[in-house]
Amino acid sequence: MSPKPSKTASEQLQAIAAWPLQMFFRLLDIPLRGIQKMGGIGSMPYVFLLPNLAFFGMFVIIPLFINFGFSLTGGTNLFLQDRVYVGGEQYSFLFECENYMVSATCQEDRFWKGIFNTAIFVLFQVTFLVIFSLITAIILNRKIRARGFFRAVFFFPVLLSPVVVALIWKWILLRDGILNAFLVTLGLDKILFFVSPEWAMFWAVFVSIWAHMGFYTLILLAGLQAIPPDLYEAAEMDGTSKERVFWRITLPLLWPNMLVVIVLALIKGVQIFDEVYVLTGGGPGTATQFIVQYIYNTGFTNQVQNFGLASASSVVLGVVLFVLTMLQLAATRRRNNG
Amino acid sequence: MTNRMKTLLGASVLSLALLTGNAMAEADLRMTWYNDGNESEAMQALLDKFEKQNPDISVTLDVVPYKAILESLPVQLAAGDGPDIARVTDLGGLSKYYLDMTPYLENADYWRENFGPFLKWLDPDGDQISGFMTQLTVTGPYVNKTLFEQAGVAMPGEGATWDDWAKAVNEVAAKLDIPIPMAWDRSGHRVSGPAIAMGAKMFDDDGNPALVDDGLKSMATKLYDWHQDGTMAKELWGSVSGSTYLGANEDFANAQVVMYMSGSWQIPQFADKIGDAFDWWAVPAPCGTAACTGMPGGAALVAMKDSDHPEEVAKLMDFLAQEENLAEFYGKNLFIPGHLGLATGGVDFATDDPRAKHALETFANAVPGISPTAFDLQGYANNRVMFNALISRLGEAIVGELTLDQAFDRMTQDVEKQLAEKERGN
Repeated sequence: MSPKPSKTASEQLQAIAAWPLQMFFRLLDIPLRGIQKMGGIGSMPYVFLLPNLAFFGMFVIIPLFINFGFSLTGGTNLFLQDRVYVGGEQYSFLFECENYMVSATCQEDRFWKGIFNTAIFVLFQVTFLVIFSLITAIILNRKIRARGFFRAVFFFPVLLSPVVVALIWKWILLRDGILNAFLVTLGLDKILFFVSPEWAMFWAVFVSIWAHMGFYTLILLAGLQAIPPDLYEAAEMDGTSKERVFWRITLPLLWPNMLVVIVLALIKGVQIFDEVYVLTGGGPGTATQFIVQYIYNTGFTNQVQNFGLASASSVVLGVVLFVLTMLQLAATRRRNNG
Repeated sequence: MTNRMKTLLGASVLSLALLTGNAMAEADLRMTWYNDGNESEAMQALLDKFEKQNPDISVTLDVVPYKAILESLPVQLAAGDGPDIARVTDLGGLSKYYLDMTPYLENADYWRENFGPFLKWLDPDGDQISGFMTQLTVTGPYVNKTLFEQAGVAMPGEGATWDDWAKAVNEVAAKLDIPIPMAWDRSGHRVSGPAIAMGAKMFDDDGNPALVDDGLKSMATKLYDWHQDGTMAKELWGSVSGSTYLGANEDFANAQVVMYMSGSWQIPQFADKIGDAFDWWAVPAPCGTAACTGMPGGAALVAMKDSDHPEEVAKLMDFLAQEENLAEFYGKNLFIPGHLGLATGGVDFATDDPRAKHALETFANAVPGISPTAFDLQGYANNRVMFNALISRLGEAIVGELTLDQAFDRMTQDVEKQLAEKERGN
């Protein structure tokens, strides 16, 4: 009989390190067995979900109901029990308009300006974000030189804080910023980017695309890499043109990822706040004041902090986001069902 | 002594020290503070002195951005989770959270004698003693005198109107190619003084707020026109939204602005940043048709009623409010004193800069000429509602989103709406 081989130093170290973990799971096993005995195996998924559900409930579901409660009240008191019940007054105030397409005719004109600005922002931001992400993903999927480096470069802005992103671009775009200095060296006049509503909206969209494109490019890149290469080989053997390959192979097979990108970008776009708040402050006038900034201003920056109206506005925003999320779920379900 | 015994002894001494330390500081007070320059250093020096004299009270100075004072502090106070003491500028707006220190003060008469008129700003409806002014401010313009000299343009003198100044600064800017002839802080408070100078009453005969009248319209129209004809740059007022504050102090310090409408609190910053690079000169408030006035204002250090240690808070406030301590604080920071004794007797300001001395003198001399309407407005608890409505709607008119008439209508509606909301449940 051969002697039992002795453990290496590394194995011994691993065993020591794993010991507390083993003990923890052994101890955890006792109550879990008890629960399983009482509730049966069918109850176990709920038991495992419970901690996460409790956390989610505490920080999402309960605040959601509290927020709805606030939207039915008025006054400036902070605690719900001290506030005056006003029913749907805040909602009817928000929706009191002579013509919904002209914000100036609405009682709360800034709410509607915020809605319109957000719609314009989302339209342009999502469209160009998806197009640029797709182009970048296709290029980065090719065997180009320094591919890893370029992938890192495009992903890098995603790692930056939105405030940092906005400050960097603000310094570039100011009257005495780098871009204007460059224009002057070319013999052109300085452009006051933050004074023109059109330029301010353009840069809000541009900076947002620059900051988030890397994330969506990554999703599309993963989708592109999942397309079987033999389809391209077969197309090449058949002499199919590159355009036809793109429209008939790449795009249809990438569509599930595209859908995820579109819906995620849409939801994120509606929620836009921090980057633009730092970049343009919502100006000039209210040209880049989006719906989340309106809620923030109404609830916090005014001397009379109107929590009721801010809550009612955020409920309206919540409904919009809920519809978008449902769209995403429906799209995902359709994809899973083939 | 074995190593084990040494360790044991060391641990015992450490535990004892920690226990004694805790036992000595019976009250831990928190003071929330914001800086215009670096005045927290002078305050910290006074707090250190206080802690030495009162080892049972420790004070932590939390320096926060000014935005936090405006936006986060009211929520903290409403939640009953605020600091013991805070430096605020919304003097009357937060008055319901202030502590009446009268029963705890050693000599309440000293407070009434020296802070009398300003105590009313902190408690418009009563006569409680809640704090003192860390600085008294007066709004008014600065000019770049060097630019006037270089351009060979005479500076308008005492009694000059806003139109005289607008004409002069445009001349200077045109001759020297200066990008911004005139800049104003984007603040309703800053606009109010000149509006009152143009005859704005701010209140109706019953004392209710009435923001829009002919006087205000007249000044607002001037500002609107100056933005359209290039006297003022749109990038300051037109580049942000709502009631966001923006100052042109950096542009003025970089000699990009000929005339800058701001206030006395800029003195230490300009003395430090500009120094003798050019002659920055404070000038008396230009005149309108009704007066030549700026707005008074300032920041106050106030005690909060939710404090667990009201007695200790009052003790600290009493210490800080003493004449010698305030003289040190005002002197180091080049602040106009909000203490009547010091205002009369004079403060030894820690500067040899003739420009800073001249500016301090100019603003101090402006105080007697301030319109009573301006004092009433400053003492009105909801004045920020009026300031914010004024600045946000005027801003929207300047960038072309509203006509001036629409802006005036919206200002009135905004004030009415917000005050009605505030009244609900009170």
